[in-house]
Amino acid sequence: MRALNIKLLRNLWTLKGQGIAIAVVIATGVAMFVMSFTALDALRLSQQSVYQSQRFSEVFANLKRAPESLAERLRAVPGVATLETRVQAPVKLQVPGFDQPVTGLAQSIPDGRQPQLNQLYLRAGQLPEANRNDQVLLSEAFAEAHELQPGDRLSVVINGRYQALWISGIALSPEYIYQIRPGDLFPDFSRYAILWMNRDALESAFDMDGAFNNVALTLYTGASEQMVIDRVDQLLEPWGGLGAYGREDQLSHRFIEQELEQVAAMAVFLPLIFIGVSAFLLNVVAARLIRTQREQIAVLKAFGYDGVAVAGHYLMLVLVIVLFGSVLGVFLGTWLASGLAGMYQEFFRFPWLEFRLKPSVALTAIAIAGGATAIGTLTSVYRAFRLPPAEAMRPEPPTHFRRTLIERLGIRGLSQPTRIILRNLERQPIKAGLSILGISLAVGMMMLTGFQKGSIDYMMDVQFRLAQKQDMTVTFIEPTQRGALHELRALPGVRYVEGFRSASAILQYGHRTYRGGLQGFSDPRSLVQVLDEQLQPIAIPDEGVLLTDHLARMLGIGVGDTLQVKVQEGRQPELAIPVAGLVTEFIGVGAYLRRETLARLLGEGDTVSGAFLAVEPEQVAEVNRRLEAMPRVAGVSQRETMIRAFDDMMSDSMLVFTFFSVFMAGSIAFAVVYNNARIAFAERSRELATLRVLGFTRPEIAFILLGELMLLTLLAMPLGFLLGAGLCHLLTVGMQTDLYRVPLVLTADTYASAALVVLVATLLSALMMGRALAKLDMVSALKSAE
Amino acid sequence: MVTPSSPRERVFHTRALTRVFRLGEVEIHALRGVDMELYAGEFVVLLGASGSGKSTLLNILGGLDSGTEGEVWYKDIDLSRASERVLTDFRRHHVGFVFQFYNLIPSLTARENVAIVTDIAREPMDPSDALALVGLEQRLDHFPAQLSGGEQQRVAIARAIAKKPDVLLCDEPTGALDSKTGIKVLEVLRRINRELGTTTAVITHNAVIADMAERMIRLSDGRVSEVTNNAHPVDPDQLHW
Ligand SMILES: Nc1ncnc2c1ncn2[C@@H]1O[C@H](COP(=O)(O)OP(=O)(O)OP(=O)(O)O)[C@@H](O)[C@H]1O
Ligand SMILES: [Mg+2]
Repeated sequence: MRALNIKLLRNLWTLKGQGIAIAVVIATGVAMFVMSFTALDALRLSQQSVYQSQRFSEVFANLKRAPESLAERLRAVPGVATLETRVQAPVKLQVPGFDQPVTGLAQSIPDGRQPQLNQLYLRAGQLPEANRNDQVLLSEAFAEAHELQPGDRLSVVINGRYQALWISGIALSPEYIYQIRPGDLFPDFSRYAILWMNRDALESAFDMDGAFNNVALTLYTGASEQMVIDRVDQLLEPWGGLGAYGREDQLSHRFIEQELEQVAAMAVFLPLIFIGVSAFLLNVVAARLIRTQREQIAVLKAFGYDGVAVAGHYLMLVLVIVLFGSVLGVFLGTWLASGLAGMYQEFFRFPWLEFRLKPSVALTAIAIAGGATAIGTLTSVYRAFRLPPAEAMRPEPPTHFRRTLIERLGIRGLSQPTRIILRNLERQPIKAGLSILGISLAVGMMMLTGFQKGSIDYMMDVQFRLAQKQDMTVTFIEPTQRGALHELRALPGVRYVEGFRSASAILQYGHRTYRGGLQGFSDPRSLVQVLDEQLQPIAIPDEGVLLTDHLARMLGIGVGDTLQVKVQEGRQPELAIPVAGLVTEFIGVGAYLRRETLARLLGEGDTVSGAFLAVEPEQVAEVNRRLEAMPRVAGVSQRETMIRAFDDMMSDSMLVFTFFSVFMAGSIAFAVVYNNARIAFAERSRELATLRVLGFTRPEIAFILLGELMLLTLLAMPLGFLLGAGLCHLLTVGMQTDLYRVPLVLTADTYASAALVVLVATLLSALMMGRALAKLDMVSALKSAE
Repeated sequence: MVTPSSPRERVFHTRALTRVFRLGEVEIHALRGVDMELYAGEFVVLLGASGSGKSTLLNILGGLDSGTEGEVWYKDIDLSRASERVLTDFRRHHVGFVFQFYNLIPSLTARENVAIVTDIAREPMDPSDALALVGLEQRLDHFPAQLSGGEQQRVAIARAIAKKPDVLLCDEPTGALDSKTGIKVLEVLRRINRELGTTTAVITHNAVIADMAERMIRLSDGRVSEVTNNAHPVDPDQLHW
């Protein structure tokens, strides 16, 4: 079979352009698959590994204050394996050169030692020394945001008292992999810090001598978490227990889970679409490529080569390309995966990343891409082989010779080349249809990867222009009489103040629960709105609660049903509130009632937990400074910083992923269009050479070939837009979490940029074909039939 | 060595062979009931007007196509009912074919185009020897696109004879050649026919060539219209056109 092998090598060489284009499609499909699953796997694996080796606890509880002696009774609860009591204190920090408010959480560790649970991973420096009360460990994210290092000084206000502390080290904890201020939706590393101090130091600073206000514990395997939680709650009840909860309600864990869920939606959906589209394209392209070899297949058959030998020959040809593309794809995918996981690490503060390439992932990707290519090849070989050689050796006959539809419709004045284009398309509708489908899939994929920016902008617009128009949000340390708002209004630059009352609570319907809160808004309002489906502001009714549509879906509750609420503060009343309506919200979820209604339900007077402020833009910094100085103010958030935090999170989590995919979708689009053009050229070169011989000019035959390409591309656009919209819809549905829901917003931009990429690919391919056309040697093209 | 006068063993025969091509609504009757025989070792010329069905008949004899109705036998193999496996084997080991349109593989050189056949044959000639026989020893490493039409045709002939087939079916092997080269090619065919006892059928429009054949079969309009025996075939170098 020597001559056949020579043919293989020569064919590979002549087909190198197309081969590379096919390899690109394979490589991107495989790379996307490997990248997504490997990155997702790395995040999951790192989470598990960090949880395990840093002994992340399984149940957590907050309380007001209990004597250390209670710890023994807690440890005795059946099912508890290890239990640690801790002191936690809210703090405010001042960072030199940073004039904005910074809050944080100080958490105790045993004097000079690692805790038993939730052990710290020291990135730099060391634990505070046992007898030093002025040393502190700082969370890495915050330290990085301010470029703080061990040995630097830090001014911290604990319990209203100013303290000067020294940073002894930079640490990471399994409890704060996702470092976010409770109540916030997005992390803000420069304004929220986690600090670890010796227990002794924190006890004295926070007036907690011999007491604790936080418990973390692990369970024996097989122990019932719920039973332990119930028992712990009983024991903590007299000490102001705020309800024990498991990991699924632990803030960091819950955010990680939601983020991973979202990443997973994308990381499964996109690569499946990619590999599916690649598989389809590869199948079509391979089939078409082999069809150009139809006459040669017939010759081989005529000389007595059997089907196996011929199929093997072409399979080899294609497998070389598949192999090349796959190897490239696996390397690229692995490399991108490590980059991607690294980028997520900005966000998920894993002390280390566990990274592995699962052979099964790579093999699955290769099998799908390679299999589709092989099947496309084999079907074509089979089709050519099934024909009697005498027939297959002639060029494929044009099936029906008819005037085209357009001609028959009576449109006159078509030039001869135009007529040739139209006949070519109409005569081979399947081939034209597959080309159109291939190009439109490329368009759809571009949209799928490109639409998220527009959707996110829309989300922001709805959130910050329609719903939340306040310049600042102030939260008080505890619910306060409404009179306190006068003090805010009196600040120079404050134009308007709107108080709100919020209460953290467990919302329940049937057996589904959600740990969130109730928001009591005054009515009428001008700063913060809740929106209906048409995004119009709606009034909050006197009675009942309005739920975010997504929250209602999560709880399986509808308008008219009664929501069970376990308030998690104050006297912790249990309430039953009817659902009065649903509101549309893309970011976060909430349960909204009138402030007066909430106050009544909580059995308290006219209280507020904070206020929304409208502030003159040039006075924002000053107002901020003044608010900071008020003892009852726990925190201030500014519109700008919220928008930035949201933007950061989006660009870290979602757009990073999208960026890679846009690039890959672009390569696929290009490869598809180029391949289409190449094959059209191969199929037509004889005909075009003949036309040249008959006296057609070069521009005229270029028009025939390129006009066909252009026409196919244009026909593919509307279908591509439709496919793209469908794919985008599927993706948004798959990505809904209570953190945010990306709305399906397809802007003109999205359509235009998808169309542009494909058009540019068409033009570039056309240029390359133009060069090939210029070189089209009439004589040799006529001599040897390919 | 087999001589033409040895007992006439029938190699091919067809009975009521028809071939209908269907082009949409239109039916083209290329063969309308052909009865013919080819005998072992003989040299036969097929004549007939353009479109009379010569190529179609030869293709069917060579197992490249099959009839619509009727029988085709190669020795005791019923080609019209043979399996793909048998047909492949038949083409691989028994038939040498020269196509009317040469059908060389463009990506292979002259030598490799011959090798593609000798690679799978039982006792083939060396490809360069086969090419030398048709006077192309200087052009072994040229691609089809670098050869003239006549040279391509000679490569096709070298490719057909290189496996030393039992039957050689040639569709206008000299159509593109000047008379001098044409005669050289016919001499090669004659030599293969004589020395190896290869049953040879040659389609031609050139009635002169019939003079070198032992028999002439004429097709008109899809039927055999005339069979003429030639008791004294002349040597190719005696032909003039
Ligand atoms: N694949 C095909 N499809 C349709 N019609 C065909 C096909 N092959 C041959 N024909 C028709 O069958 C008839 C016989 O063709 P064939 O090629 O056998 O003629 P021929 O005698 O070899 O002619 P020529 O001397 O011109 O080569 C012709 O009318 C031709 O048009
Ligand atoms: Mg013919």
